[in-house]
Amino acid sequence: MRKLFLLLFYLSLTALQAQDYFPTDKGVKTTKNEVVAFTNATIHVTPDQVVKKGTLLIKNGKVVSVGKSIRIPSGTQIIDLSGKSIYPSFIDIYSDFGIKKTKRKSGRFGGTQYAAEREGYYWNDHIRPETNPITEFKFDTKKAKGFLDAGFGVVNTHLHDGIIRGNGLLIALNPNSTNSYRVLDDMSGQYLSFVKSNKSKQLYPGSRMGAMALLRQVYYDADWYAKGNMTNKDLALEALNKKKNLVQFFETDNNLDALRADKIGDEFGIQYTIIGSGEEYERIRDIKATNAKFIIPINFQMAYDVSNPLLAKHISLRDMRKWNQDPSNLSVLSKNGVTFALTTHKLKSMKAFHKNLQKAIKYGYDKKAALAALTTIPASIIGNNTIGNLNAGSHANFIITSGDVFDAKTIIHENWVQGEQNIINNMNIRDISGNYMLSVNNTSYDLVVTGKGAKQSGTIKKSGKKVKSKFSYKEGWISITLNEDTGFTRMLGKIINESNVMQGNAFDTQGNKSIWSASKKVMKNSTKKKSPKKSKKEVVTVLPVSYPNIGFGNYTLPKTETILVKNVTVWTSEDDGILENTDVLLKDGKIAKIGKNLSDRRANVIDGTGKHLTAGIVDEHTHIGASAINEWAQNSSAEVTIEDVVDPNDINIYRNLSGGTTSAQILHGSANPIGGRSAIIKLKWGENADNMIYKNTPKFIKFALGENVKQSRSPNGVRFPQTRMGVEQVFVDYFTRAKEYDALKKSGKPYRKDLEMETLSEILNKERFISCHSYVQSEINMLMKVAEKFNFNINTFTHILEGYKVADKMAKHGVGGSTFSDWWAYKYEVNDAIPFNAAIMHNAGVTVAINSDDREMSRRLNQEAAKTVKYGGMSELEAWKMVTINPAKLLHIDDRVGSIKVGKDADVVLWSHHPMSIYAKVEKTIIEGKIFFDRAKDIEKRKAIKEEKSKLINMMLKEKMGGGKTQVPMKRKDRNFHCDTLEELKS
Amino acid sequence: MMKKIIYSTLFFFLVGNSFAQQTPAEKQTTAISIEGATAHLGNGKVIENSLIMFNNGKITFVGSAMMKIARQGKIINAKGKHIYPGFIAANASLGLAEIDAIKASRDFDEVGIYNPHIRSLIAYNAESKVIESMRPNGVLMAQITPRGGTISGTSSITQLDAWNWEDAAIKIDDAIHMNWPNSFTRGRWWLGEDPALKPDKNYAKNIMQIKNYFNNAKNYLAGKKEITHLPYQATKGLFNGSQKLFIHVSGQKEITDAVSISKDLGIKNVVIVHGDGAQFVSELLVKHKVPVILDRPHRNPDSEDDAYDYTYTIAKILTDKGILVGLGMEGQMERMNTRNLPFYAGTFSAHGLEKEQALALITLNNAKILGIDSFVGSLEVGKDATLFISEGDALDMRTNIISKAFIQGREISLETHQTKLWKRYSNKYK
Repeated sequence: MRKLFLLLFYLSLTALQAQDYFPTDKGVKTTKNEVVAFTNATIHVTPDQVVKKGTLLIKNGKVVSVGKSIRIPSGTQIIDLSGKSIYPSFIDIYSDFGIKKTKRKSGRFGGTQYAAEREGYYWNDHIRPETNPITEFKFDTKKAKGFLDAGFGVVNTHLHDGIIRGNGLLIALNPNSTNSYRVLDDMSGQYLSFVKSNKSKQLYPGSRMGAMALLRQVYYDADWYAKGNMTNKDLALEALNKKKNLVQFFETDNNLDALRADKIGDEFGIQYTIIGSGEEYERIRDIKATNAKFIIPINFQMAYDVSNPLLAKHISLRDMRKWNQDPSNLSVLSKNGVTFALTTHKLKSMKAFHKNLQKAIKYGYDKKAALAALTTIPASIIGNNTIGNLNAGSHANFIITSGDVFDAKTIIHENWVQGEQNIINNMNIRDISGNYMLSVNNTSYDLVVTGKGAKQSGTIKKSGKKVKSKFSYKEGWISITLNEDTGFTRMLGKIINESNVMQGNAFDTQGNKSIWSASKKVMKNSTKKKSPKKSKKEVVTVLPVSYPNIGFGNYTLPKTETILVKNVTVWTSEDDGILENTDVLLKDGKIAKIGKNLSDRRANVIDGTGKHLTAGIVDEHTHIGASAINEWAQNSSAEVTIEDVVDPNDINIYRNLSGGTTSAQILHGSANPIGGRSAIIKLKWGENADNMIYKNTPKFIKFALGENVKQSRSPNGVRFPQTRMGVEQVFVDYFTRAKEYDALKKSGKPYRKDLEMETLSEILNKERFISCHSYVQSEINMLMKVAEKFNFNINTFTHILEGYKVADKMAKHGVGGSTFSDWWAYKYEVNDAIPFNAAIMHNAGVTVAINSDDREMSRRLNQEAAKTVKYGGMSELEAWKMVTINPAKLLHIDDRVGSIKVGKDADVVLWSHHPMSIYAKVEKTIIEGKIFFDRAKDIEKRKAIKEEKSKLINMMLKEKMGGGKTQVPMKRKDRNFHCDTLEELKS
Repeated sequence: MMKKIIYSTLFFFLVGNSFAQQTPAEKQTTAISIEGATAHLGNGKVIENSLIMFNNGKITFVGSAMMKIARQGKIINAKGKHIYPGFIAANASLGLAEIDAIKASRDFDEVGIYNPHIRSLIAYNAESKVIESMRPNGVLMAQITPRGGTISGTSSITQLDAWNWEDAAIKIDDAIHMNWPNSFTRGRWWLGEDPALKPDKNYAKNIMQIKNYFNNAKNYLAGKKEITHLPYQATKGLFNGSQKLFIHVSGQKEITDAVSISKDLGIKNVVIVHGDGAQFVSELLVKHKVPVILDRPHRNPDSEDDAYDYTYTIAKILTDKGILVGLGMEGQMERMNTRNLPFYAGTFSAHGLEKEQALALITLNNAKILGIDSFVGSLEVGKDATLFISEGDALDMRTNIISKAFIQGREISLETHQTKLWKRYSNKYK
């Protein structure tokens, strides 16, 4: 069958090409000028305009006219399409059609680390806007067939490689033509992503936040270049500037990345068209708020094979839900008014396209919207109004179907592209399905033919018993071979005229010829048809989405309550110390009153008898709630910020709440001396990243010293610095340059905006504060001296395990210390780490905090504070301050949190026991008057997870029993092993 | 009060303190009577206002101070304080590495897959600075366990105040440790595979190999042994009952396989280490009297959907099912964190166990599981006088403040590399 098609293609190819000014070797020159009219069809000119029994007139690959009463010129070929429908062919706006993938250079390391591999282009090899794939484009006939079969007429393709990837090509899927006609646009948009190029091994960027910072710097540099300020030639920046007015497409594969891309766009006045992930429904409000147009894949998950309970229990609720909820994505996007086109990108098989689309429709996606998402919307995104519709003048790209194109029973007969016919399922071949009485050689058989269109299969029975047989139906010919005890019987025949009778010649085992025939039986059970059972519409159950959409997520976000905690022991973390039998009123998100016998009629009253109320714990140093931690690929990464990569979906946020932590600084890692900027968050479980990040807080940055930054444990440690001596010079170098940069900037003269220098200038101008990872006394001392030389102070030394050796110097410098309670001996530089460190520093007048740097420890910092009582004899009051007001001071958020004081944020924790006792459990964790953790509710959540999992398991089993495909259960990888954080060094 | 301790001990200040550890205490020569403390016996019992006496390294009396009985030797008044049997860390690796990141200091993981003949004891560094830091927290004994391979090697049990490994050993070659294969395997991300865990197709094969190994060993031991096979030779104790097999295993399926296969092989004493999922196969474990050494509760639950306190409540769950439960140390930063052993027990108590039950995890239960309960693990007459006095509840970090500790009746130093630095620098800023 396929061979035949190819042959047809070939024939038409030779006949049709006639470019006016091209010489030909094929005889006389002919010019194609045929007119074709398609009549009596239901024509979907656009999703909104449907003509019934209409006519479509085409000529020279374009639509001439369309409508009900079209004058058909003489000499027109008329094709009667009674009962058939015509739709504009679909457009896949995001594809790599015809462009070879770039192979990754083998080996992760080796070769260049910092430097670019190219010359004459941008300093970073992953920025490749100059790429124009037209030179590499090769029409892929095989792939084109897949697209044509599914109803697509145009694809938009580009080279999927790099962070900025160059322009794309808009291609008509016309196998009968040449690229001279197929290429509708050779500058169809510019493409971006967060994925590095395979063409270079340049290490930077090593993380998501690095990629984001890089994009920003590129835009600044392109502007600087455009203004003629660069002395060098940079073909990449030139290309970027040239292509900046094209549509800018940004590929992402999860919601967080989509929002990140949009954020960068907003900063530079660019509205990206975002290639989404299919999980937009999980954060639909944020997605809608981007105002971006989206391109959405529809590759749905298979159900998990949950028949083995031991394996099934490893699947996380998050993954199970995806199977259930993903099909509702298109419906949710549509109902929320997000403009989006559909793409087959990421689909493993084109055959799944219609199946998945039908599934989405079953889940409430509107058919008209679906048609628009495949035709007019992609056309408008790419800015081409001659595709995706059948208005006069548009390309004659259309499909002929047996009916509603989104119906499972419908057959796509033909797909015309640029006025050229491609037959998918020959519509002139009759549908012969039905039950027949077959007679041959005086024997009767029952023949049952099933299937749709040209794809029919038949089974044969004799007296109710199946007979071994082969049946085929090709190009109108019916061929049957019977294999019985008596031998083979071969039959070949056709349907007689328009009747329901097949007839032809039969040959028996001996080669004797006879006549066979089969006549269609009239269905007797017509009574059934008259009383159609109420069409059993399959009820689709979509489980509700929680925020985040994982186990323990919140279906509704907690609201600010007025809360009165009565008769509780209050640990103020202020001079008031501990107040026994006291009431605390929380109102409008603030601590309203502290006293005895308080009352408020509208308050939710909590009996605190025998319990303890403290300020929420503040963790000065954590790495939870982030998609990336280290931009490790350069020795300074001041340009990156953790705020770009806050991940609100991390279960550790919830687990930290269960331990009373309410605020935390997510620090950059410690792979390089100058790290990235921090994010200071409140652990508002369920909120999005933006709402978790503190607004208007002083800015912070991570610095690091010692073994990590000098790559002590890296087998390929080669980059500068490799010693503590070098580390000092990194700082001196950067601050010297920053000083000069800042001076130039302040002089009013033009300057090249450099994100790294901007950040370092902020430090020099005392607008940004350093939290520096540090261990041994020499380096601690060194950094204070460097800072003093440049006339600023270090804000915090974090870890600071030898702080006790220079505590007097620290106090004099005015730097705080945020340390571990008792960690040591895990590497050489912590050989002299002692658990008495906090006490000694405190006694020397240093503001001391106890931090976690560990997602497990951060949920029991109360116990770590208690260790300072054991080691060094801290008073309990001072010990408790080390996890509340002291870290708040170090983070400059002590005006808002860190103690129980009227007017501060209502961030408090109710404990079952003395908060520093090992027996203490958190009862409630409250942030700004909202209860984010409640022990009783947590128990309910556990039950709900169990119930929902059982529900999903039953649904999946039903799917499997019903013949649905399933996948092997898998266990979600632990976040600590995320690829992005792979090269991450523990800080 | 702490301040007093600080200053009263300042005179211990030594020159050249960076050199290693405290001198081991000398043999007990005079009897000691500790009077008035709340005695936590380790077997679940508590005696208020107690009297504990010991001589020649052995406990001679455990009872009430109200008893009219002659106090022997030196009398220590411990009114208001608490007395505990020395804590025992199971599945620990103290002395087998000093600084994690430095390869030269690491001696816990030998090459090879089946290493029953590899013995931890001879690499045990009795003078480790990490070891001396155990004692001020009450951790006085530990099972020193090799890591790695399918059979990691043979462990021994030591007390933590010794000149050398021979002095330190309180039970030599107590057990062989095996890492049971996992039925899940992680995708090889470097080959572009999904790094998520998927069922391991080789699991059955891996199990078969283990079976074959032990069967071969058994056959060898029953045979003429014409050619010596050191590893097989080393498994002898497993079959005659003199050594235990500690199977490091997690997962319902894996635990079931591990127990039934080792029983089939005729291995007499089996202990499950880690044992995630043991609660689902408790009947099997109870039936075969297989105890479980749990991991530290201060770790993250294995799966996103697990309750946040899953690792805190597991000891209570298993205990209630009738399983003998102990507490081990394997995992991240295990050596330096071994001093937090009492607080792990405390956490199990906060989340379900009675305080004395929690204490038993690191005293009598661990002693029973390690097979040393005949001479340590509880305050009972005839057992080693390995015990300590704490100012308060030793399972709570605020009150775990230890004033005196004894190992085999010897009063040991509670100074460490760390206390020396503390004093040195506290003095500097005075």
